[in-house]
Amino acid sequence: MPLQDLAILVIDENRIRASIIEDGLREAGHARVTVVNEINEVARVIEGDMPDVVVIDLENPNRDRLEHFFTLSRALRKPIAMFVDRSDAAAIEAAVEAGVSAYVVDGLKKERVKPILDMAVSRFNAFARLTRELEQARSELEDRKVIDQAKAILNRTRGLGEAAAYALLRKTAMNQNRRIVDIAQSLVTADSLLGPEE
Amino acid sequence: MSLIALSAGFLPLLDSVLLVLAREKGFAAAEGLDLHLVKESSWANIRDRAALGHFDFAQMLAPMPIAATLGLNPLSVPMITPMMLGLGNNGVTVSAELWGRMADAGAPTTLEAGPVGAALAKVVRAAERKLRFGVVHQTSSHNYELRYWLMASGVVPDRDIEIVVLPPPLLPEALGSGGIDGYCVGEPWNTVGVKTAGAHIATVKASIWRSSPDKVIGMRAHWAEANSEIVAGLIRAVHHAAVWCGESANHAEIADIMAAPHYLGLPAERILPALSGQFDIGGGVAARVPEHFVPYAGAANFPWTSHAAWFYSQMVRWGEVEHTADRARAAAMTFRPDIYRSALAPLGVPMPVADSKVEGLLARPTEVAATTGMLVLGADGFFDGVRFDPDQVEAYLAAQRVG
Repeated sequence: MPLQDLAILVIDENRIRASIIEDGLREAGHARVTVVNEINEVARVIEGDMPDVVVIDLENPNRDRLEHFFTLSRALRKPIAMFVDRSDAAAIEAAVEAGVSAYVVDGLKKERVKPILDMAVSRFNAFARLTRELEQARSELEDRKVIDQAKAILNRTRGLGEAAAYALLRKTAMNQNRRIVDIAQSLVTADSLLGPEE
Repeated sequence: MSLIALSAGFLPLLDSVLLVLAREKGFAAAEGLDLHLVKESSWANIRDRAALGHFDFAQMLAPMPIAATLGLNPLSVPMITPMMLGLGNNGVTVSAELWGRMADAGAPTTLEAGPVGAALAKVVRAAERKLRFGVVHQTSSHNYELRYWLMASGVVPDRDIEIVVLPPPLLPEALGSGGIDGYCVGEPWNTVGVKTAGAHIATVKASIWRSSPDKVIGMRAHWAEANSEIVAGLIRAVHHAAVWCGESANHAEIADIMAAPHYLGLPAERILPALSGQFDIGGGVAARVPEHFVPYAGAANFPWTSHAAWFYSQMVRWGEVEHTADRARAAAMTFRPDIYRSALAPLGVPMPVADSKVEGLLARPTEVAATTGMLVLGADGFFDGVRFDPDQVEAYLAAQRVG
């Protein structure tokens, strides 16, 4: 059967990541892709259309449960191979690093499954990068808010202008070998403790 | 002197405690080891990452290294167990609803496996639907002991009762929401079930199979061979942690250490019962189980090859592997008392004279001659009184044949 006929099951509690994987598989011409976000649905899916390849994230605490499903499943009586091919150390390593694991029906040829795992690995990595960047942007925004609050406090209590307030925060941070945002946070905390009760 | 970095995987269960103490109380550092403990989310991850060498060793379910050595799971590489992480420490917990029916059928609140199992059998026979129990992994002491208890109580697993696999932290919730009727798991997840899901602890491992192991240190056989000095240091570090953990004066501090978010992430009072053996088993009933978790006493860290042989017998019993004499030998040899002995000999630690024992010979704690001085071994064997002789595995298998 052609590559595109493989039935692929993607199990990921992270809906966004799951749909990114699904898109990738569809772009590569796979039509039989099923995405499951809830492990409870897996038993039903396996009963219906037995997948040839299962892709699951390694953080999923339900891997043990999934493997048990497989051993119980009539269609998968034969032991399943994992990470495509146990002799392909580099592929296994890349998959684990990316945090993804693949289960494959025993007997399926390696070259047919390799592109699927490679795609999953690269999409997992891309997703992780995206998440990291988002986190960073979010925390930078949070930092800026705290610093603005601290500047406002200095303005209110000591009559400092914005530039002078920032200079004072920076000088204090340098003297104490701490980050400006930490100094600002201390000031905001102290102000809320010492300020008038509302 | 710089420390040798070692990385180890663990699951959030109380019996990771000896590894945690080896690190937190400086026992590992004293042996020149910098122990990195990595919290994992599944036994499958532990198994795979240990097989791939991401972990030098890991906290494992006692049957896992045996399954790996026998090639029962994907990515199998030969594994060994040079040391046990204590005895006991799991229990069978049931929903409030099921407990109500078991109590009506005569189940006592003594946690005794025999009468509690007999009551469960009555409930199963009268039930209008198949009850469902959860365990944490197929090749786990939980799965084999639960099945042993059920069979010996007259309930045939799979036919009369369904057994499913769920990760430990999700079991109490599954019980609460009705997905399962009971489960067998290590602490603190029985206590958590009582506190958060109104569940009832029905019986404990300490009653089903007395003085039996649950978690072990597992590592690749090749790695152990190539790093014998490191392995010996690790065994000594965990030995000191086990002795320290066995002192009741340290329990409060241990519970505080384990409560940290990067270990169990639970309130200390959920962790203390397993250490002290003082349980709230549900419905306000208190129970004392002195042997619930034995970290050191009674040769608790000694890897009896007969324990490995029993786990193997259950793998055969439940159709996971076909019995051959070679497999039986390979399974028993997965546990390595020789490595344990040579690591601890310099410390003069009293150890059993034999590597193997018949389960069910000791009806009560018994003082026996040890390699140095004397040693008190706890009562052992199974609640139904059937002995397991590791030299008679075939006869045992024949007697246990299902169906």
